[in-house]
Amino acid sequence: MAKFILRRLGFLLLTLLLTSVIIFLITQLLPGDVARIILGREASEVALQNLRRELGLDRPLLLQYLTWLGNFLSGNWGISFSTGQAIRPFVLERLGNSLMLAELTLLIAVPLSIALGVLGALNEEKLLDNIISVVSLAVVGLPEFVTGLVLIQIFSFRLNVLPASSSIRPGTGFFEALPMLILPAITATLVLLAYIARMTRASVIEELKKPYVRTASLKGLLPRQVIWGHVLRNALLPTITVVAISFGWLISGLIVVENVFNYPGIGRLLTFAIDRRDLPLLQAITLVAVLGFALANLAADLLYAYLNPRIRFD
Amino acid sequence: MAVITPGDASARRQSPPLRLLAARKARPASAVGTSIVVVFLLVAVLGPALAPYSATEQVFSEARQAPTFSHLFGTDRLGRDVFSRVVIGARDILSLAGLGTALAVFIGLVSGLLSSYIGGWFEELLFRFYDSLLAMPALLLALLLLGTLGPSRNSVLFVITIAYIPIVARVVRSVVLDTKTKDFVAAARMQGESLPYILFREILPSVLPALAVEAALRFSYAIFLVASLGFLGVGVQPPNPDWGLMVSEARTYVSLTPWALYFPAAAISLLIIGINLMADGLKRVLQLES
Repeated sequence: MAKFILRRLGFLLLTLLLTSVIIFLITQLLPGDVARIILGREASEVALQNLRRELGLDRPLLLQYLTWLGNFLSGNWGISFSTGQAIRPFVLERLGNSLMLAELTLLIAVPLSIALGVLGALNEEKLLDNIISVVSLAVVGLPEFVTGLVLIQIFSFRLNVLPASSSIRPGTGFFEALPMLILPAITATLVLLAYIARMTRASVIEELKKPYVRTASLKGLLPRQVIWGHVLRNALLPTITVVAISFGWLISGLIVVENVFNYPGIGRLLTFAIDRRDLPLLQAITLVAVLGFALANLAADLLYAYLNPRIRFD
Repeated sequence: MAVITPGDASARRQSPPLRLLAARKARPASAVGTSIVVVFLLVAVLGPALAPYSATEQVFSEARQAPTFSHLFGTDRLGRDVFSRVVIGARDILSLAGLGTALAVFIGLVSGLLSSYIGGWFEELLFRFYDSLLAMPALLLALLLLGTLGPSRNSVLFVITIAYIPIVARVVRSVVLDTKTKDFVAAARMQGESLPYILFREILPSVLPALAVEAALRFSYAIFLVASLGFLGVGVQPPNPDWGLMVSEARTYVSLTPWALYFPAAAISLLIIGINLMADGLKRVLQLES
């Protein structure tokens, strides 16, 4: 197991390193001069030169990259171009909010979609299965901003039971924020639902075909016992990986959802950074999101290997 | 649902369009999906011929009108005809998403075919790079690129292409790695066939089914992406009739002009659902469903 973890960690670090290079290079694509963007069109040549030296823009690209990465790793995430404040505390606070929303989303999405997938598989190609699969295909097609706005129309404007805006104040606790989290979480759930349900369905169907299932029912076990005691235990293993893969969609989904509901997470901060052309902020948010995505995948890999010995001794 | 099994000789002799037709009979949802896509494509092709008004002209005397016969989808708060904007917008989003998907599929196919067939460090390096791109969720990568390039139609096109090349290349690779060990490929090599011949005449046919399904899915995601970027205000810029942008503009005035929000939102949803149902049918016909 130790060897497996080390190999995984090594692979993760390599990918993260390459991704950080890509993030850095992309932000160098910027047409025009960063110093001029900050100081404006009327800035004098001397002021531009000074700022370039201050930001290290006059040094070789490789050196700039290494300084940037080193600073990030040592906790110095730089100063925001647009607010003039230190980036790290700002991003971390927003990240906390996003994680809160992500947790609630997963709490709703994972059990619900697994239940739908299992239901579909047990009724393979029957009416219920077809309804689940067509409806989830349809729902996955709806962009988050459409479902979010429809939910706001129904629950905030018509029924008046949940708030339309989720702009929570800094430091709001989970339970205090809960009413404002429900609509965004449901919206983000719809993004994940179809995918997890579909993969669960496929996995359960695959498992049901195996000889041991027939043996189990032939020896007189009730269908309930066969399903819960044997089939699901095996069939739900791959679902761990499926949930991990869908973290990517969760991140993309949350960026839009946070903007629909005006929720102060890093997704909202990201569009703010783009509006203001705030490159250091943009870099920090992207790195944090990529790191979170990678760690979630790692956790899923390890959990999967822990539950399934065949993987770790490969 | 009658899945066509590989042993079914009569089904295999049918041409692909015939098989698609047979499967559509079996699952009405795929037929509905295909029809939706065809209607949208027609609207996009006819475009200006269908639109009764200009997409950008503001007629203030006719602002905020509910749907009537002269303005089928009503008018927005600036007096622009929503129906004309949705129709012209169909051409915009389909061409943008379509071109982006086509570029991604082409580059992903060629790079995936070539690198996986040759193998070695070239393949290793290329796919290491692709994997690092995939370490970023698509929308995050898109926003990072747009944040530096600045929002415009060309940036969006570039973003779709970059985001989807790695995904297409990986699908291609998964098939090529299997196909290149087959005897007919070895035979072609021994006959002294050229590299392009082996890649495109011998290996490509095996890649095509998976590639077709992936292309359909990418197209649907590309529309999703264009609309989402428009909604976030970092994609196609005003006054263009981008559906996502229209939704975002109309949401502030939803109590005044709800139709200006609902019609473009419905258009996006319907189109994506149509493509997804079509892709699902395609997958079943080509027997890629596990």
